[in-house]
Amino acid sequence: MPPPLPPVIRVANLCKSYSTQAVVQDVSFELAAGETLVLLGPSGCGKTTLLKMLNRLIEPDGGTVAINGHNVQAQRPEVLRRGIGYVIQQVGLLPHYTVAENIAVVPRLLGHAPAAIAERTTALLTRLHLPPQRYAGQLPHQLSGGQQQRVGLARALAADPPIILLDEPFGALDPLTRASIRREFRELEELRSKTVVLVTHDVTEAFELADRIVLLDAGRVQQLGTPRELLFQPANDFVRRFFAAERLALQLRVLTLGDVFGTQLPDGANPCLTVHEALEKLTAGPANATEKFTVAQLMAAFGEALQREEDAWKR
Amino acid sequence: METLSALFTFWHAQAGKLGEQTLQHIGLTAASLLLAVLVGGPLGLFLSRRPRWAPAVLGLAGVLQTVPSIALLGFLIPLLGIGPKPAIFALFLYSLLPIIRNTLAGIQGVPPAVEEAARGLGLTDGQVLRQVELPLALPVLMAGIRTAAVINVGVATLAAYVAAGGLGEFIFGGINLNNPVMILAGALPAAGLALAFDALLGGVQKLSARRLRQTGAALLVALPLLAGGYLLPRATGKLLAGFSPEFVGRADGLPGLTKAYGLTHLPSVVLAPALVYEAAHQANVDVIDGYSTDGRIRAYGLRVLRDDRRVFPPYYAVPVVRPAVLRAHPELRAVLAQLDGQISDSAMTELNYRADYLHEDPKVIAEAFLRRRGLWRAPRPAVPSAPVVRLGSKIFAEQYILIEMYAALIRGNTDLAVETKSGLGATSICFEALRTGAIDLYPEYTGTGLLVLLQPRPQVVDSLGGRPAAVLSYVRAEFRRRYGLEWLAPLGFNNTYALLMRGQQARQLGIASVSDLGGYLRK
Repeated sequence: MPPPLPPVIRVANLCKSYSTQAVVQDVSFELAAGETLVLLGPSGCGKTTLLKMLNRLIEPDGGTVAINGHNVQAQRPEVLRRGIGYVIQQVGLLPHYTVAENIAVVPRLLGHAPAAIAERTTALLTRLHLPPQRYAGQLPHQLSGGQQQRVGLARALAADPPIILLDEPFGALDPLTRASIRREFRELEELRSKTVVLVTHDVTEAFELADRIVLLDAGRVQQLGTPRELLFQPANDFVRRFFAAERLALQLRVLTLGDVFGTQLPDGANPCLTVHEALEKLTAGPANATEKFTVAQLMAAFGEALQREEDAWKR
Repeated sequence: METLSALFTFWHAQAGKLGEQTLQHIGLTAASLLLAVLVGGPLGLFLSRRPRWAPAVLGLAGVLQTVPSIALLGFLIPLLGIGPKPAIFALFLYSLLPIIRNTLAGIQGVPPAVEEAARGLGLTDGQVLRQVELPLALPVLMAGIRTAAVINVGVATLAAYVAAGGLGEFIFGGINLNNPVMILAGALPAAGLALAFDALLGGVQKLSARRLRQTGAALLVALPLLAGGYLLPRATGKLLAGFSPEFVGRADGLPGLTKAYGLTHLPSVVLAPALVYEAAHQANVDVIDGYSTDGRIRAYGLRVLRDDRRVFPPYYAVPVVRPAVLRAHPELRAVLAQLDGQISDSAMTELNYRADYLHEDPKVIAEAFLRRRGLWRAPRPAVPSAPVVRLGSKIFAEQYILIEMYAALIRGNTDLAVETKSGLGATSICFEALRTGAIDLYPEYTGTGLLVLLQPRPQVVDSLGGRPAAVLSYVRAEFRRRYGLEWLAPLGFNNTYALLMRGQQARQLGIASVSDLGGYLRK
């Protein structure tokens, strides 16, 4: 058996305070290759500070950050950052560069060949639904908010870094645009293999995108785990209260058909489909003959499954 | 229309001088601007990194901006001498504020998110500066440079006061000679230059709005090239003369002198009247024009070169009054007459020496003089709502002293109130003030009245032949006829133009008269 791969990102006992105010206190976590970690928490909980300490935009007061086993303090910050994609809420496209030039910033810094850069830019723009012949030569101010954020994403991906950091990337968008870009983001081939750290205060977003979630409050980790663990096995009162308002919606998104039907899974049903997705399929348009169960059956099974989770946790 | 054709005639006649002055003007502006960009730009950048220093530095630059230009030049003369150095340095100081401020504002105007994103992508500090901050700050920075350029073209006219040339030579000559055509001849090209500089820099800015390196290069190539115009060789000679603009322009000044003595090999620079003595004293120049009763002649050990061919007309000081005042207050005539013939050349030089060199108050000097002559009377108690006699003077000590004497005499001998309006600038301003009734009396000189104010045909001037009495009676009659103004009796001294040299140098070269000077130059 090969030795287990070292974590891509290892954060140990990270601390940061501004004057007397502790913003991040003793935070530790590890992130495996290809994993998506969401830093979740209310405003001012320290999640953005934590993210910026990963690429040294902010220097910690204590603790260490290691990327691929190397302490980041031992690397030149700009070299470190060129290997890590970075997307922020305000996008921060360079206003005097065209879309194509913005995307080319990091590959250019890394000395990639112009032809390769052009090819990569075209490919990324196409994949992000911004036809290059129309958008490549435009300046950022000519684009809508959603288009700008797509370009921001393309810029972060341009040099194909193994790690991407995103700070509330969809925060400034209207709900419709936000939902559609989030879907694109989730389905983007480029991101599947990447190690992603995403900061958000939006619970639904966190549950939709995360493999694991770090829930922070006042600079401390309240719970670190999968969405399902946070929802059904809250570590403390804060965790429980944090999800209380959207509990049902989250449960629908977390539980799959495999979870609710167990061994009674109807033939032909996809066990990985969430209850939420199955409901959407069932209620969309005319009755679907291919489904092997009704809404009533699904909801009954869902109710039983919730009961099981509840019992399991109480025991 | 008449002015316009006179203007073109003037430009045509002075084409060489116009070209030279325009080149000098461009050179002064460009050189100072270049310095200011090289110093102010980095300083603005520094402040954007250390904002704590900004109020102090901007405050200092702001204070420099408020120092009157002529005062600033005055401060710089002892340090940098005369010529282009103090002029360029003063202009440089004036352009610092807009350039520093706009560099700082431009950099601070870069959205923080853009800078953060750029750093997050892996740009180094230098790359953030060159690829993000400077390009985005460029429009604001260029606006600052353009502001500075326009300010500099304007202020560069004052360079004419420190022998640095420029279009100010025409402008100040014109003001001193009451010659609007000459003023326009310098002012219009200066205005044109301001527009041209602004357009040129606007072009540089547009040419490469997104290309910082090209903009910088264009600026750094264009400005030295323009400044280079200043380095054209200037005439040199055995001696260098420094003349006031008025002397260079008026018929009985340099032109008359050159014709009568054939002073052909005397290169000259133009200087502020206030600075010529200082420049001679410091040996920046060798020959200057001055007034024969100036106190600094004694203070600086200068020698008055004898006007052996009588080129300079008599300049006897005479009070000029509005007759209406004499009619309203008949007692005034006798009071004013107390000074008739009282002050000799040497007496006036002594009084001026006390004012200009010992810095005594003109009022104290005037009263002390009146005491010595037994003319002093203590001021009578003020009478409420007494009629006011307004006395005017040009801006130099001799005039201040004279009007203080008149003021003391009037206060001591009549119940009239006196108001002194000292500092009415040049001849034309004093004269206009008197004519329009803003003042009632000011001391004028017969030669000035004849050649600057009346400007009769050359034949008339020749017919007077420089005889003091003839000049006075002509001036008196013509003023009565044309303006209804009255010249009273002369005070005694003749404050005429004179050529001056440092005493020591004049003795060494054996120069005692203007003819000697001409001979020495021709040798």
